[in-house]
Amino acid sequence: MQFSTEHKTDYTEVAGNGRLNMVAAPKLREVVQEAVSAGYKRIVVNLAETSFMDSSGLGALIGCLKLARQAGGDLRIACVQPQVLMVLELTSMNRVLTPHPTAEEAFSHD
Amino acid sequence: MNQFMVRVLVVLTVILGVNYIAWRWLESLNWAAWWIAVPLVVAETYSLIDVSLFGLTVWRIRKRSPGPVPTDATVDVFITTYNEPAEMVLATALAAKAITHPHSTWILDDGARSQIRDLAHEHGIGYLTRSSEWENRPRHAKAGNLNNALMVTQGEFLLILDADQVPEPQILTNTLGYFSDRRVSLIQTPQYFINVPESDPLGSQAPLFYGPIQQGKDGWNAAFFCGSNALLRREALMQLGLVGYVREVERGIRKALKASRKAIRKARHSTEAKDPLVAGLLDQVQAAMDTARSELKAGASLSDITYRVRGSVNDAVQSLVESDFSALQADLAEISAMNLTDAEGFTVPEPELDDAIGRMSHRDWSPLGALESVQAVLDAISVERDTEAQPIMPLATISVTEDMATSMRMHAMGWRSVYHHEILAYGLAPEDLNTMLTQRLRWAQGTVQVMLRENPLLQKGMRLSQRLMYFATMWSYLAGFAAVIYFAAPIIYLTLGILPVQSISTDFFVRFIPFMVVNQLLFTVAGRGISTWRGQQYSLALFPTWITACTTAARNVWFGRPLNFAVTPKERQTGGPSWSLIRPQLIVMGLLLFALVVGSLRLIAGLNEPIGTAVNVAWVSFDLVILSVLITAVRYKGFTPQERTGTDAVQHRA
Repeated sequence: MQFSTEHKTDYTEVAGNGRLNMVAAPKLREVVQEAVSAGYKRIVVNLAETSFMDSSGLGALIGCLKLARQAGGDLRIACVQPQVLMVLELTSMNRVLTPHPTAEEAFSHD
Repeated sequence: MNQFMVRVLVVLTVILGVNYIAWRWLESLNWAAWWIAVPLVVAETYSLIDVSLFGLTVWRIRKRSPGPVPTDATVDVFITTYNEPAEMVLATALAAKAITHPHSTWILDDGARSQIRDLAHEHGIGYLTRSSEWENRPRHAKAGNLNNALMVTQGEFLLILDADQVPEPQILTNTLGYFSDRRVSLIQTPQYFINVPESDPLGSQAPLFYGPIQQGKDGWNAAFFCGSNALLRREALMQLGLVGYVREVERGIRKALKASRKAIRKARHSTEAKDPLVAGLLDQVQAAMDTARSELKAGASLSDITYRVRGSVNDAVQSLVESDFSALQADLAEISAMNLTDAEGFTVPEPELDDAIGRMSHRDWSPLGALESVQAVLDAISVERDTEAQPIMPLATISVTEDMATSMRMHAMGWRSVYHHEILAYGLAPEDLNTMLTQRLRWAQGTVQVMLRENPLLQKGMRLSQRLMYFATMWSYLAGFAAVIYFAAPIIYLTLGILPVQSISTDFFVRFIPFMVVNQLLFTVAGRGISTWRGQQYSLALFPTWITACTTAARNVWFGRPLNFAVTPKERQTGGPSWSLIRPQLIVMGLLLFALVVGSLRLIAGLNEPIGTAVNVAWVSFDLVILSVLITAVRYKGFTPQERTGTDAVQHRA
């Protein structure tokens, strides 16, 4: 799985394409850690190209959420695909990580 | 055929047991001596429930063999250690490395010992210790150790081994096949100990448990995780961690909302709240909180809920400030004393947050003071809680024995478990009474903790039969209280002549004896010739351990007292026989013997009747035989290999 990071005006977008599973999970943590340490604390993870996620992937998202919030920022998710939404709902994680329709909208209400 | 016999005996045991106990309650009680009559009949009822649950367990014994091994299965083998000797850890790790199916071997060293690290590197074995996040945070013992390792490894399946459990090379090949069923999340194999003589003086082997009981639980899809020699599916564990995380976050918000409502209600009684503007604002905030509470119940997004409540509180504060209502100086001091933001502004340890919430709901606030305190608390909970090393804790941390709680949560989420009845790892049992007692205490405490924290009977998601299977194991740990009564009743009759029953007559014998006979037959047939006697002895003889476990676990769960948790040493403790370890039992034995003497004298003096004396003398003798196991146990000098009967014999039995 490949991750790309793009710094927008008021947030940083991390996009990943492929399967966010137990193998890719540590990689995501690294990418977000890097952004947060560089001072980019408002992160949107764009999941448009993420076709599959397992609980380890979701666990990594929570780990990243913690990193961002500890730094005084936040992490949000956008463009969630049906399988990923199912995993979110199965674990009630959608109550903590609310899916936003687009990356732009994720921080637009703040 | 055997299964049919077992079922016949189960039915007979329950019918005859109910027949006996119903008669005991309705017809036999000696109310004049209610103080012993009632406890005794309660203890007997306890035992009837216990044996009925055993009957339910063995009703559906399941023997199975796995399907073909999924070829692409990736496996991490975890060896957990804290303070075991390096040679022991290395022996296990090397055997683990030699497991045939492709896998990665990891030593999870909670003692962070450089010697072990060097040995691991030397032999090309993975070595893991806690990450820096665990500093100054709850470590959660073995569960924490495993949770830490889960975050840095990637295998689809995990084999968990205690430091002393040396695995066979085929341990994965013979078990992984069960995972072809994608709903299976746990495969438990037996725990077997090689350093135990055939007489098993410390009752280390658990042939009834790692046999008919786990096979029976498996029949109800309730075989459970016993901490070692088990395989787990990572996906299921991670799912548990996520669900637990959401639950914790929600609990925090609910607590904060409750305290906030209370603070606002109190502010309504202040003099400023008579002002219509203030009253209106407080009403608005209260309404927002009511909405939040019902949204929380309905399962709305947690961040949205806190966001909206904060919005409404912020608006109210703004209006109050604009119209010149100032918070009392004292309130401002209190808010800053709540310490909800430190210099960095982002970390609020949970005990402090709890403390702040407590103070908030107990103080009489001015309206603005109340709102501002609410504001502060809501800000604090909306940032990440920082009390745990990892937000996701896949293995349950509610108990000192993480295993049972973890598998119960898996079952509640719809996962399946398997008990594979083949010895695939060989471990070391404690070789002295002290270590053995520490270990049993820890298991019992853990089980009772789970029963009190997450009572299986109330868990949603499990079928009734699954709930009963978990409950059965917990129920058996209450045996200590029953044992005390079973020791006391005959002593009371023989020394004082007080019978808990109206009379020992034909009525008693025709009901009691058939029940006892089928009961023992059931154990014999269900146990398939396995000696269950050691287990029966210890379940009564260790009554002080079971009672301590219940009381300390209850104090821990209800009042937050520490358990005085101890890691079980795997090496023999040195020193001579320690009689002090079994002081309560020695006192009971003394009383039983004293009762025999006094009983005989009273019989001669014509104070006690012959049949009553005979029954009670038999009962006392039985109690003494039960307790005698401890005399051998105290004098046991540890295992010498010559005594060994060979593991082959046992394997055949398995």
